[in-house]
Amino acid sequence: MDVEHIEIREHLRRHPPFAHLPIERLNTIATAVEIAYFRAGSDILVSNADIHDLHYIRSGTVDIYRRNGALYNRLGEGEIFGQLSLMTGKKVRFPARAVEDSLLYFIPETLFHELFAEDEHFADFVELEDRIRLRKAGVLQSSNNDLKTTRVGKLIKRVPSTVAATDSVQTAAVIMLEKGVGAILVTVNGQADGIHPPIEHHDILGVVTETDLCQKVIAQRLDLHTPVQAVMSDQVVTIDEDQYLFEALLLMLKHHISYLPALRRLRLIGVIDMADIISYESQSSLFVVRNILTQEHLEGLRQLSPDVRASFCRMVNEDANARMVGSAVAMIGRTFKQRLLELGEQRLGAPPVPYCFLALGSMARDEQLMLTDQDNALVLSDDFDPQQHDEYFQALATFVCDGLAELGYSYCKGGVMATNAQWRQPLAVWKQYFTRWINQPKPEALLNSSIFFDLDGVYGDTAMAVELQQLIAQQASQAPHFLGCLAFNAQSRTPPLGFFNQFVVETSGSQRDSLNIKRRGSAPMVDVIRVHALASASLAQNSFLRLDDISAAGFLTAGMTADLRDALEFITMAHIRHQAARLESGQEADNYINPEMLTRFDRRNLKAAFQVLANAQKFLKYRYRPQ
Amino acid sequence: MRKNFSNTVIGRSKTPQPLPDWPERYRRLAAQSRLELLRRFYAHGIVAGDTPLNAVPFVAMDFETTGMHPQIHGIVSIGVVPFSLQRIRCAEARHWLVKPRRPLIDRSVLFHHITHSELECAPDLSDILPDLLAVLAGRVVVVHYRGIERPFLDRSLRTRFDEGISFPVVDTMALEARFHRTRLQRMLRHLIGRRQASIRLASTRTRYGLPQYGAHHALTDALATAELFQAQVAHRFSPDTPIRALWC
Repeated sequence: MDVEHIEIREHLRRHPPFAHLPIERLNTIATAVEIAYFRAGSDILVSNADIHDLHYIRSGTVDIYRRNGALYNRLGEGEIFGQLSLMTGKKVRFPARAVEDSLLYFIPETLFHELFAEDEHFADFVELEDRIRLRKAGVLQSSNNDLKTTRVGKLIKRVPSTVAATDSVQTAAVIMLEKGVGAILVTVNGQADGIHPPIEHHDILGVVTETDLCQKVIAQRLDLHTPVQAVMSDQVVTIDEDQYLFEALLLMLKHHISYLPALRRLRLIGVIDMADIISYESQSSLFVVRNILTQEHLEGLRQLSPDVRASFCRMVNEDANARMVGSAVAMIGRTFKQRLLELGEQRLGAPPVPYCFLALGSMARDEQLMLTDQDNALVLSDDFDPQQHDEYFQALATFVCDGLAELGYSYCKGGVMATNAQWRQPLAVWKQYFTRWINQPKPEALLNSSIFFDLDGVYGDTAMAVELQQLIAQQASQAPHFLGCLAFNAQSRTPPLGFFNQFVVETSGSQRDSLNIKRRGSAPMVDVIRVHALASASLAQNSFLRLDDISAAGFLTAGMTADLRDALEFITMAHIRHQAARLESGQEADNYINPEMLTRFDRRNLKAAFQVLANAQKFLKYRYRPQ
Repeated sequence: MRKNFSNTVIGRSKTPQPLPDWPERYRRLAAQSRLELLRRFYAHGIVAGDTPLNAVPFVAMDFETTGMHPQIHGIVSIGVVPFSLQRIRCAEARHWLVKPRRPLIDRSVLFHHITHSELECAPDLSDILPDLLAVLAGRVVVVHYRGIERPFLDRSLRTRFDEGISFPVVDTMALEARFHRTRLQRMLRHLIGRRQASIRLASTRTRYGLPQYGAHHALTDALATAELFQAQVAHRFSPDTPIRALWC
């Protein structure tokens, strides 16, 4: 081992994925490395060229491009590139160029493949980087109808801010900060607010972006009083309000910019940002909701099912997190209920006494995914008289539950539905139910009623639902025996990990080699969180919000809640991605994941998440005991 | 070798000597040399002067010595790194400690972090010479400051075999001086009282955005020199520049 190799080794060692490699491995790499210098602006990798080394940046900065020339990623000291091409075709897929003078280490492909095959951590790192990369790449490539049918004008909300060419760069920065914008237009006169008098397109002299301020002002140590015209770019690309969003996006990609001044008959009406387009896109589940509310018949609602699935898949592809997906799907489900109740009232007439329709379980928690049972109930005003009024509410409940079944929300096998007279009761009776469950708990009975402890009013007099939530929060936290029973039940469904930390899968039947990620993963996790939430008198229903309350109340340490949060997020996302993949391949969504089909990275994280769950269940045992 | 001595050592002579025709000189020496080892070295030949830089095989070389003067000081370590304009090949790098025939002065020990006892066990230069010449054969040697490696090697061979050695070198320090140390620049800078741009290895590397290495080890310095040369070519010359324009 020579000293210059030590120099190389020690640098590698400070950066992932090399950081954890055994020293002998690092020595092998360090002695095999080749080195080359690239001047700023020179090409390092050109598209479709042969590639035989993993590229490691010893010093400098390298830009990675898409094939269409758009900037894709900027990498600095200690980062690697070229691994995707090495793993696939051995042809360069993402061209690379030095943006600063750069010194690169080349790690020969034979060594790269050895590391990839032998070292799990190294392989995970390399794979993960590429998956993020691929998914990023997919976001803008996926063809999307909204972008092709929505016009730019629709997204113009802000009145554009402008500065005069002679204004200082500091003035521009202050306005950008105040308005929360990343770019500001430069005009002859400049006007911080409004577009009166109108600004003609030829009045726009240029544009200053955050990047300009950073690269041309701060990096060059320019005086803050420098007039903006000294640093603005005078190539202003504009778009007409009648053009489509996808055209705006193409212009942005072509010119490497993220904003466009929008014109109406050659006059400035505003600025459209890439962020505007992206947030518009991600709201597409809202369009499904809007469509639900305008349907006049059950049949019309039923025809929206493909849209529901599509918006689900789209959210997954756009990298939405578990909470975003869960609440969007719950919102769609809730809207179906609301619309069915409206249609029911239209058919049956106005309700004889006020009522509140309850969502229970995952919908109440805003954690709904595809394929869920309908769990619901009716809370009626205390003026309710069964003889007089129940016929109406039974009919309404039947209409809604049948409708939901038509829409794909299957009937609850446990009978927790408003059609069941037991779950169609006045508020006073509901209060008795909860008081009895909390004060005279029996584990077996609680097993069936835990679903009622996640409740939310979706339609009607929702104040009644809030009253029940408050009652639960107050009484449950004072009832150690109840918490003990609930905690006991929460330990009943253990995560599918075997003695040697391997996955326990079904050994026969149609779900052979798979595990039920809902039954053995997310549901027990939610159970555990619910116990702590009730103990800390939290009013929240959503598991992530409950964790916030639990942490704030000091019932669990910040580290424990963080672990639970990560584990729930991971388990749920694995579930969500599995469902989206099935839907996209034309299959029905389900809850059965085959661990062998996961990437090594996901497999390991899933095991870790299950381990967190197992530990959390053990902790419950000590924390809460039936009295 | 730390090259932080005064600028006068660089000595750009006012009347440039005609450069030797290196391939021709190699052919002549291959026939004339009395030493089998050197005859073989020269027989490898060397690229023609009009060879573009991107086709030249190079080797960066650095010596640690007990002092500045070949007549009274000796070599203690040698580092070589073969490279081309495209790649520096660390796998082929070599490093040797050698026992100087001159006594080691304590001050230089501090410099190199090489101790007397380490050198006591080191071989004599003549023992590693075949290996060293095998790496140098056919390659153009790149050094940072030409006043050390070639004169010291030449002197050491003369002491041992009564015959010196001759080969072309590219001096990255002299290349750097071309851009920062023209006579006019020197005069102007002197007039306005500005300091000279440093052409020491470390500060020169910084100018090209190259990382800092722990210095004073023959192999690290050889690697640093190879990287510097690649950077100089990228910024100041072109891959098509003939080697004739750089070697001496």
